[in-house]
Amino acid sequence: MKIIAAMSGGVDSAVAAARMVDAGHEVTGVHLALSSNPQKYRSGARGCCTIEDSHDARRAADVIGIPFYIWDMADEFHDGVVENFMAEYAVGRTPNPCLRCNEKIKFAAVMERAKALGFDGVATGHYAQMRETELGRVMYRAVDPGKDQSYVLAVLNTDQLAGAHFPLGDIVKDDVRKEAKARGLYVANKPDSHDICFVPSGDNAGWLRDRLGSDVGPIVDEDGKKLGEHKGAYTYTIGQRKGLGITVPAAGGEPRYVLKIEPKTNTVVVGNHDSLAVSGIVGERAIWCGPVPAESTEYRGFAQIRAHGAPLACNYSHDGGNITVALDEPIYGLATGQGLVIYDGDRVVGSATVCATE
Amino acid sequence: MSIYLDNAATVPLVEPAINALTAQMRKVGNASSLHSDGRAIRKDVEDARLALSQVIDCEASEIIFTGSGTEADNLAVKGFFWKAVSADPGKNIILTSPFEHHAIKDPIEWLVEHDGAKVVEIPVGEGGVVNLEFVQDFIKSNHDSIALITVMHSNNEIGTLQPIAEIVNFAGEIPVHTDAVQSFGKVDFSFAKLGVTAATISGHKIGAPLGIGALILKRGIDLTPVLHGGGQEREIRSGTLNAPAIVAFAAAAQFAAKYQGENKAQIEKLRDNASARILESIPGSAINGNSAAKLPGIINVAFEGTESEALLLLLDSVGISASAGSACSAGVSRPSHVLLALGRTEDQAMSALRFSIGSQTTLSDIDRLIEVLPGVVEKARSAYQVKKGRA
Repeated sequence: MKIIAAMSGGVDSAVAAARMVDAGHEVTGVHLALSSNPQKYRSGARGCCTIEDSHDARRAADVIGIPFYIWDMADEFHDGVVENFMAEYAVGRTPNPCLRCNEKIKFAAVMERAKALGFDGVATGHYAQMRETELGRVMYRAVDPGKDQSYVLAVLNTDQLAGAHFPLGDIVKDDVRKEAKARGLYVANKPDSHDICFVPSGDNAGWLRDRLGSDVGPIVDEDGKKLGEHKGAYTYTIGQRKGLGITVPAAGGEPRYVLKIEPKTNTVVVGNHDSLAVSGIVGERAIWCGPVPAESTEYRGFAQIRAHGAPLACNYSHDGGNITVALDEPIYGLATGQGLVIYDGDRVVGSATVCATE
Repeated sequence: MSIYLDNAATVPLVEPAINALTAQMRKVGNASSLHSDGRAIRKDVEDARLALSQVIDCEASEIIFTGSGTEADNLAVKGFFWKAVSADPGKNIILTSPFEHHAIKDPIEWLVEHDGAKVVEIPVGEGGVVNLEFVQDFIKSNHDSIALITVMHSNNEIGTLQPIAEIVNFAGEIPVHTDAVQSFGKVDFSFAKLGVTAATISGHKIGAPLGIGALILKRGIDLTPVLHGGGQEREIRSGTLNAPAIVAFAAAAQFAAKYQGENKAQIEKLRDNASARILESIPGSAINGNSAAKLPGIINVAFEGTESEALLLLLDSVGISASAGSACSAGVSRPSHVLLALGRTEDQAMSALRFSIGSQTTLSDIDRLIEVLPGVVEKARSAYQVKKGRA
């Protein structure tokens, strides 16, 4: 097949591209320029948007012996990911931009461009497995539980997954580094990227404050009683305990946690730990990564609500648009806007965006 | 085997250059040393300087060797500007064209940002030639404020030749520099007859190795240096003389001069053949820079409804090397400032390819290009539609 290998300049995508070549595919490396000014979003060599990273990717492609291009996806990334990130925070939700990037950029804008140019699919260095089963081509968790990235890929529908290739799903990270070294890829020891790639400092709160403003507003308890003031509602996270600056002690001296963020009234609501408990979740905008489960039917499975969160045993059902989850055990602190991913064992069933909790 | 249609980017080394280079690399000695080994190298360098000066039609002492064309351009722009403003702070205008190579454009921008330079760009017509009337009028009314006039001898993206001799006539005492990197060795170029104060040439565009260029600077003209050090080249450029590259540069220049007429005729014939067949076989294609006087080997074509980066990818996948306009440091394609200067829209400027033909190009190379190009353009057009559909 003719494959576009998305190459960030990191070790994972370099080895993924090399493995696609080994598998006999005709591979072309592509580095995505996600900021029109590469130093604008991120400085230092930690992310995927610096000039050094694009050079690393080019060097890896040269070592592997494949053509290499840089595709400018800055506008698409800004409109589809960065704007969405700000808009979600502005309505008091906590988005995951990596999910959004996979859904709108890597396996949409890039995939469509690849197909128009005569390619059959896109390979990335994500840790997840595509398997041909009696259910069709479906996605499973990677064999390396520490690196498994099926969570951030669960926003891909079956059409997108049909052209997606994840050559690292069957290998653990340590072995990827060894393999990179053996292949002469000097990115073998390059540190993993963390954080959000377009937030240069890693300081999400500061980044949001700069863009969405930092109007002072009230911090109130669940009864609406004012306990203090905050410096911009967008910079708080559900479940946050530190840095609230409340001087009025709670009855019984229990610590207080952020329960809710209300951007319209610029209010942060706090309460005790028990008030964070969530055992029911509703997710909107359901996306199915394989066969669509029957509507209004209760299934057993696992829900995951963070990229590296634990799978939570649950019952789930859906009505075509929304997924409803009843957790066996409550969890504490779940913000709307987070990705809700449903697993059947290790198979990814689908995902939705958390819109309500109880 | 790939088909190499990017000869404006660089060309293969010519045999006489390889021979001169490898022979010189076996010798020891620094041309600035006074001992016999050093003197032997100095003789080789000065013999080469003389040989090169005969090709350029300048005096040997007017050649200042540099590490690249870019360095020579920087030396000219900054050197003339700094010298002018240090004598008279009011002489701070640089008159230039809007479609210079980045090696001219960027140092000027740097001087504007950091050193109080004022840049004035000469309008360019659709045909790709600077407006002489503007030059004449501007010089008339600003004569005493102009530090430097710098206009390229021929444009590297579209190949149009510029009326440098006429500009020199208007300039009077104002120094005139021309970046002749693309012209030297391809079309008639005489430093003496042209009358410019300075000109830039580069080795690797004519079959010499990379890493050697020169600023040809009129005798008796002093410039503020960019590189300070041993002062090897007229106290204007410092750095140990790169003897192997210099002798190879001279050998390549002599070789280019010897075959220039023959090569030019052959390359022009292939260019005209290719241009006509491209326009005929691809609806919605148009030549950029259609003035009469052009370099022999450059064809710049806009393919309506495409993006050049997609065209390049597809051509490369079938073994054809061509080029788009300029690329930024991260390699993201941007609309060519050359094509924007001609009045093209951003979309049009993003849809162009440059095919540059060299002496090794054959008619069967062009046949192959014409064979694959319609399919390539069609695919690139569908990719463009996908992108537009998303926006």
